[in-house]
Amino acid sequence: MNPVATPAAPHVHAPHVQPGEGEPGTVREHHDHHELGFLRKYVFSVDHKVIGLQFLFSGLVFLVLGGLMAMAIRYQLAWPWQPMPGLAWMFPATGGAITPEFYTMLFTMHGTIMIFFVMIPLLTGAFGNFLIPLMIGAPDMAFPKLNMLGYWTMIPAFFFILLGFFVEGGHAAGGWTSYPPLSTIESAAPGSLSGQTCWLMGLTWVGVSSMMGAVNYVTTIVKMRAPGLTMMRLPLSIWGLMITSLLQLFALPVLTAASIMQLLDRVLNTGFFTPTNLLVNNVTPDSFAYGAEAAAAGGQPLLWQHLFWFYSHPAVYILVLPAMGFTSDILAVHARKPIFGYKPMVYSMSAIAGLGFIVWGHHMFTSGMNPALGMTFMVSTVMIALPSAIKVFNWLGTLWGGRIHLRTPMLFACAFVSMFIIGGLSGIWMAATPVDIYIHDTYIVVAHFHYVVFAGSLFAIFAAIYHWFPKMFGRLMNETMGKIHFVGSFIFTNTTFYMMHQLGVAGLMRRTADPYAYDVYQQLQPINEFITLSAFCMFAWQIFFVANFFHSMFWGKRVGRNPWNAASLEWDAPSPPGHGNFDRELKVYRGPYEFSSPEVAEDYIPQTRAL
Amino acid sequence: MNISPAAIPAFDPAVDAPVPHHAIYDYDSGPPVNRGKFAIWLFLATEIMFFTGLIGTYIVLRMGAATWPDPADRLAVNITAFNTFILICSSATMVKAVERAMLGDNGGLIKWLALTVVIGACFVGIQVYEYLELLHANNTPDVDIFWSTFYAMTGFHGLHVTAGVIWNLCILVAAIFRKIPQEKYMKVELAGLYWHFVDLVWVLLFTIVYLM
Repeated sequence: MNPVATPAAPHVHAPHVQPGEGEPGTVREHHDHHELGFLRKYVFSVDHKVIGLQFLFSGLVFLVLGGLMAMAIRYQLAWPWQPMPGLAWMFPATGGAITPEFYTMLFTMHGTIMIFFVMIPLLTGAFGNFLIPLMIGAPDMAFPKLNMLGYWTMIPAFFFILLGFFVEGGHAAGGWTSYPPLSTIESAAPGSLSGQTCWLMGLTWVGVSSMMGAVNYVTTIVKMRAPGLTMMRLPLSIWGLMITSLLQLFALPVLTAASIMQLLDRVLNTGFFTPTNLLVNNVTPDSFAYGAEAAAAGGQPLLWQHLFWFYSHPAVYILVLPAMGFTSDILAVHARKPIFGYKPMVYSMSAIAGLGFIVWGHHMFTSGMNPALGMTFMVSTVMIALPSAIKVFNWLGTLWGGRIHLRTPMLFACAFVSMFIIGGLSGIWMAATPVDIYIHDTYIVVAHFHYVVFAGSLFAIFAAIYHWFPKMFGRLMNETMGKIHFVGSFIFTNTTFYMMHQLGVAGLMRRTADPYAYDVYQQLQPINEFITLSAFCMFAWQIFFVANFFHSMFWGKRVGRNPWNAASLEWDAPSPPGHGNFDRELKVYRGPYEFSSPEVAEDYIPQTRAL
Repeated sequence: MNISPAAIPAFDPAVDAPVPHHAIYDYDSGPPVNRGKFAIWLFLATEIMFFTGLIGTYIVLRMGAATWPDPADRLAVNITAFNTFILICSSATMVKAVERAMLGDNGGLIKWLALTVVIGACFVGIQVYEYLELLHANNTPDVDIFWSTFYAMTGFHGLHVTAGVIWNLCILVAAIFRKIPQEKYMKVELAGLYWHFVDLVWVLLFTIVYLM
């Protein structure tokens, strides 16, 4: 593939230089012995491993916040308008029973936080940062300072997204999709006062951070691979992360442009998304704006939907492609078999990403667009089933006949595959326009994307945490606790989300604070109570993960460089890797999946071993 | 099929302990292009998509509008045509600055880069003047969709030019006080790539916002 650069002679004296900043193709003697202070080492760090952990911890904190919101949503759906435990201070008049406006804020912010502040930062921020240089044999990212800036631009994003909870009218309440005019017209929803402005500011900063990260990741993967590590010898995690970064590079700026325009609509009263002769809550456009000022009209609300989904559909592949990569790696390592069909895996990931750009309209079948256009989007969406099916068959092919070691990461990775099948199948089915028109905005959609993102991607993140924890901290996570965590999470996830399919077919609408106000839905309340209890159990069950994580961080079993007998490069580095990652020169001779090879006595051949 | 996994060996200092004071292995896997240059092209790709979002919005809104004012009635096309001309000239001076930097001619670099900065600043100045005149005549972005799109597109382009001027200014200061050696010419070239991009976007924006 690419010409392999031969490293120059070692012992070139260049002290006080950060990895990734020197002339490429050199091996540099390392004389920088002095210990960095706490701030430089853990806070303003340029080390990709520390930045990865910063993303990991902030992502997990937001996961708890988003999870708590989900619990509140579930409580309301099971026992509507009952006083919610612990919320009496917020709603003293009702003793803790929430308001409909609060409910809309809850589901809006649950979606926003889980997607933009948990899943994307965990997948690309945490694991992208931690794994990319280690898996390609690089000392750090191509631009370590840009990498640091990538985390530090998340801080204003955190600030604005949290600030929104404390402004008048509460946080954004127009759904995570923020469709105008609900989101742009202040009198349309309480959250559209200032909460929506905070939401837009937060998202814009996330966009800047992701853009910096994506530029860095692609440059690093293309330019800094160890000698002999051709593109077709990369672990699939790296392929997943690289394709994800390309998606972010080409799709995200469009959302940034759109959210800036929505921000202008709100702050400067422009009219990008405000149609002519709009009437909201019996108020005409002239009195929408701050004070008595008029706002421009002549815009198109539908335009926002196009711009938003042009990013946010590729975003669902951003949420799943790295997870697919991690799963591929973990399945191969723990089944002791080469990944089945490496190249089809790469091509199918690329195909998913490529098709991902031309399917966004399937979110808008009921928006009144031209049926011919809907047909096109339907066909392109159904085509995504093809590469997805290739991936699933290859995963099954990897497991087939393997010596399967059912350790915790493997359990979670297998769960990813099975949950992805359920979520993926319902995806194909609802991509058909006639089906979608019936089930649009019902709980079946909620079931579908929770199967893919929660039971799929989040399980893959759990798998990745259990799998790469020894590399992060040099210690193993407790296996028994891990298995308990897996079994409970798996059961309660399914009892929570599976029943939502039934609710959806029965017509239960999403984003409704009290569906039982309609007689036809009253019979569904017992199912909702069951789901809520399952969700509570699932949330509580994560205590096993939290306890295991922090206990193992300090007191876990100390293990060596390669606890799983895996073949890829990151296991060549010390655990945890020090400054500059690798303490010996690397030369790659083969792909990362040489397991159970008949050529050697052991059951694997590391990428760096010459035979 | 062996379900029970093999026991994971404990930490063995002989193989697992990190080697102290090792070298840093920083490889280059090609293609033969500078890392910074590779990254700036990726960054410009994101910028293209950003302006695609803005310009696409303009096109959709204009196509969907019942009537659209003639830009010549609302905007000072002549002044902006002159502004466009000088911005294109600044691309030429930037090319000369990069060429001087490649040859290691610090004096020439300072001269041409300073000219680029001055022209860039003039462009921004003229745009600010245009904005002030328009705002003075109550042509604010909240009047109608024409002004909304006008200010969003030209405003974001103006911010990009301002960023480019500041970037060039930083290089200029470095060239004056520290001298940019020949092997560091890439610093200038990266700023140059961005500058040409900003210039190119303006040619598109001028055509569709002012002329069409």
